[in-house]
Parts: sequence; C-alpha cells; structure tokens
Amino acid sequence: MEVNTEKQSQQDLPALSPLAQLLGTDSVILTTVEQVLGWAQTHSFWPLTSGLACCALEMMATGAGRFDLARFGYEVFRPSPRHADVLIVAGTLTWKMAPPLVRLYEQMPENKWVIAMGSCAIGGGPFVDSYSVVPGVDKLLPVDVYIPGCPPRPEALIHGMLTLKEKVMAAKKRGGKP
Amino acid sequence: MQQSTNIWFELGQLLKQLVLELTGMPWLASLAQTLLGIVGIFAVVMLAALILVYLERKVCAWMQMRVGPNRLGPFGIFQSVADALKLLTKEDIRPAQVSGKMWALAPVLMFMVVIITYAVIPFDAGVIFADLNIGIFFFVAVSAQTTLPLLMAGWSSNNKYSLVGGMRTVAQMISYEIPLVFSILGVVMITGSMKMSDIVKAQESIWFIVTQPVAFVVFVIAATAECNRAPFDLVEAESELVAGPFVEYSGMRFAYFFLAEYASLVASSCIAATLFLGGWHGPWLPGWIWFFLKVSAMIFLFMWFRWTFPRIRVDQLMAFGWKFLLPLSVANIIVTGVGLWLFFPLS
Repeated sequence: MEVNTEKQSQQDLPALSPLAQLLGTDSVILTTVEQVLGWAQTHSFWPLTSGLACCALEMMATGAGRFDLARFGYEVFRPSPRHADVLIVAGTLTWKMAPPLVRLYEQMPENKWVIAMGSCAIGGGPFVDSYSVVPGVDKLLPVDVYIPGCPPRPEALIHGMLTLKEKVMAAKKRGGKP
Repeated sequence: MQQSTNIWFELGQLLKQLVLELTGMPWLASLAQTLLGIVGIFAVVMLAALILVYLERKVCAWMQMRVGPNRLGPFGIFQSVADALKLLTKEDIRPAQVSGKMWALAPVLMFMVVIITYAVIPFDAGVIFADLNIGIFFFVAVSAQTTLPLLMAGWSSNNKYSLVGGMRTVAQMISYEIPLVFSILGVVMITGSMKMSDIVKAQESIWFIVTQPVAFVVFVIAATAECNRAPFDLVEAESELVAGPFVEYSGMRFAYFFLAEYASLVASSCIAATLFLGGWHGPWLPGWIWFFLKVSAMIFLFMWFRWTFPRIRVDQLMAFGWKFLLPLSVANIIVTGVGLWLFFPLS
C-alpha cells in the first residue's frame, strides 16, 4: 500500500478515471478496445509476398531457420494483397514496375502499412540518377518504416518490423492514427 | 444410449432431466439436449481450429528446424488469438466485379457444410449427435459438398485465378472421392453396417488398420486431397494461382474459409480414427481421451505430409488418382470380399 502511494506521488500521474478509482489499478487490467485490437494487429503482421530485387533474398532469409521471423508471428507471407497487412518494398523500384506496385498497395484492405527496405526503396540507392528508377518509394506510397542497408541484414528487417509494431502501438495508446 | 458411463453423455442426460423437472415438457427437454449437442460441436470446432492454426505453424517450424511463434504467451499459444482478432479488424473489401450474393454466401456455406459432417462423428460411446443408420454414407455425401462453395467462390469472384482454382476443386474432388468411398467400402463390408457406432463396436478386439491396411493408406491419401492440403493443395496453389478461390476475400470472409479448412481436417481425422483406429476403444483411459489421442495422431500425420512433400502438378494428381488409387481400392474390395467368403461363409 505504502509503496503504491509513494509511486503515485512521485510520478505525478494524471487523475484516474472513476472506474479505475473504484476497481483499483493493480488488481484489474484496464485497457481500451483500440489497444486490444492494436495488440492483435501488431502481433500478426502478414507481409505481402512481393520481392522486387536483391533485398527480397534477405527477406526470404529472414523467414528461414537462422533468423526465423516466425517467432514474432510475422512469417505468414500471403500471396494475395487482400489477405496482407504489410507491404515490404524490398528492392529497386523502376518506373515501369511502379504502377503495379501502387495497385497492389491499393488492393490491400485497410490497416495496412508500408516498409521501405534497402537503399533503393528509400531513395533510389546507387541508381538514383538513372532515368528508369523511382528515387524513393515514398514518392508513391506512404512509407511507415525505412530500413537502411544495401541490402539490410535479416536482423535489420526484424528490427524494422518491431519498430513498426512500436509505432502502431504508440499511436493506439495516444488515440490517433499511426 | 446403453451402459454409457462417460461424463459427456451424463452431462447431456443431466440437462435433459433438469429441464424436464423444471418445465415438465418433454419436447423442451429434448430440445435442450439437442441444442447442447449443437453448442458442443460448435465449441469443439472453433477451439480445434484456433489451436490447429497455432499448431500448424509450430509443427512447420519444428520440421524446418525453426522455433516458431514464441512471443505471445508461453510458447506463443496466443498467436492464433491475435490472428483472429486482427482478421476481424480488417477492411471488408468487396470488388466491383463480383456477383454479390453468391460471393457473400460461399464462405458461410463452406463452413456450414463442414459443421454438418460433425453430426455423425462418435466422440465417445453414446456421444454422437445423430447415430444414423447410414452414418458413413452421410459423411461422404455431405463432405463432398465442400466442392460447391469453393466453385461458387471461384466463379463469382470474377477473377481468372479464382476461377481456375474453383475448377480444380471439382476435378480434384471427382478423382479423389471415388477411391475414398471405395476404401471405406472395405470397412463397411466387414462390419455389415454403415452405422458409426456399429463400425466402432466391430473394432473392439482388433482395429481395422490391421485387417484393412491398404484401405487405410488409400483413405489417408484421398482425405489429404479432400482437405486440399499439400501435396494436393492445387486449389490454392500459391505459386500458380495467387490464392485460388480465396483471392478476392479479405478479413473475416477469408477467415471463414480458413476455419472451414481446419474444421474439415479435424473431421477427416475423426473419421480416420473411427474407421481404422478403433474409435473410442482403448484400455485404462476414458473413451473420449482415447478418441482425442487418436485424432491428434492423425492430425499430426496430415501436418507431417504437408511440410514434407512438395506440391504435385495437376496432371500428376489426376494420373495418381485414376490410375493408381482407384485400381488399388477396387482390388482391396475384391480381396476383402474373397476373404470374407473364405473365412465367414455364412455371415
């Protein structure tokens, strides 16, 4: 009891809601629907099977035995955009490939996120001066997380997806859109 | 029914007695018992589907020397809860070109058809929703109807991949339903009855996997094809047809198909355990635990297939079904008939 009161006075917490005052904060888990749904969404990102260039090989390695993306529940690579949550742009995007990729993004149902993986996806990479390469997919898609590297290691991709998870959860706690 | 001492049967009888005492209306009592059966079956199916999605990913991981989901809860057991909740929150996209009612009806029908097959599965002595005298025939007839919702989904999506997937379902079903039925026929010939409880009772001394090993092998192969699982998952072959008939379904509609797929896997495993592994028979433990263990073993076998064999081509599947499984199952019927005629001439 004493420890609890000390903590509250120290941290200068905001006023508790009447429900929380009635039930106490240490015996009952109080949460919002948004946070529960955010918990579900962030623990089952299903990426779209879409590899554009060499970064896709690192993406495949991430799913395989040594790095095992499945530990976080993110290994369900869905072939159909209708079932996918995350579009990992893994590789160089050319202007010729850009319309199909944007179309794939538009075909994904809402609550969808985009990860730009590798230098080419972030800003065109070594091909930035080329007439045929899109200088960064954020010209076309709303990118949530950028993963630098040429190509990024599998650990970096895992870190990127966990960063996306933190970003979504932070937005859910704040009560806004990610 | 008779001399049943298991708790599930007692539970049903208790409820019936309770309602009868409270209301004094026999029809209400039997209605309550029926509803309890339906609720029980739904609970079993939903729980099994949730657990199997998790288990499939774990088994897959073990076979590939990975760890598998382990972040949510102990050993990641809440992974499929998160998946189901997430699918609930996904946007429900309805493409402009689909033909509305058929498209919306297909996932629901698929689930319904699979649930209906559970009516004839004997979970324990007396614990069977409807002990029909054509039980196994009913199962085969109803489970073959899973073709229609898939074809409906494929055709009404107005998508070339889903149409090819739907057509493949029909082709696959025709070539695998016949060996499946013929393999069951061997068991029915020995038992002399199509009633599920009679088939289980006939295995009190010896399981039919011993007397009908060929039929068991044919049944397992054909059941794998019927559940649309690898190596026969040509219906939703990812590398050729994006996701087969499910291409245009998002969120909960897709989850219905997913659920039905695992429910039909459990149903096929239940039938395999009933026909060939002696159903609820077994020493020491209560019957329903034995049945659960046998069904679990069959499910693990199907998962083992899935993560071991690569997908075969559609023409290989047809050739295998018509040129190998069908003659084998017919030969099994002939051998069984001759054996019965030699050893039990009068029965």
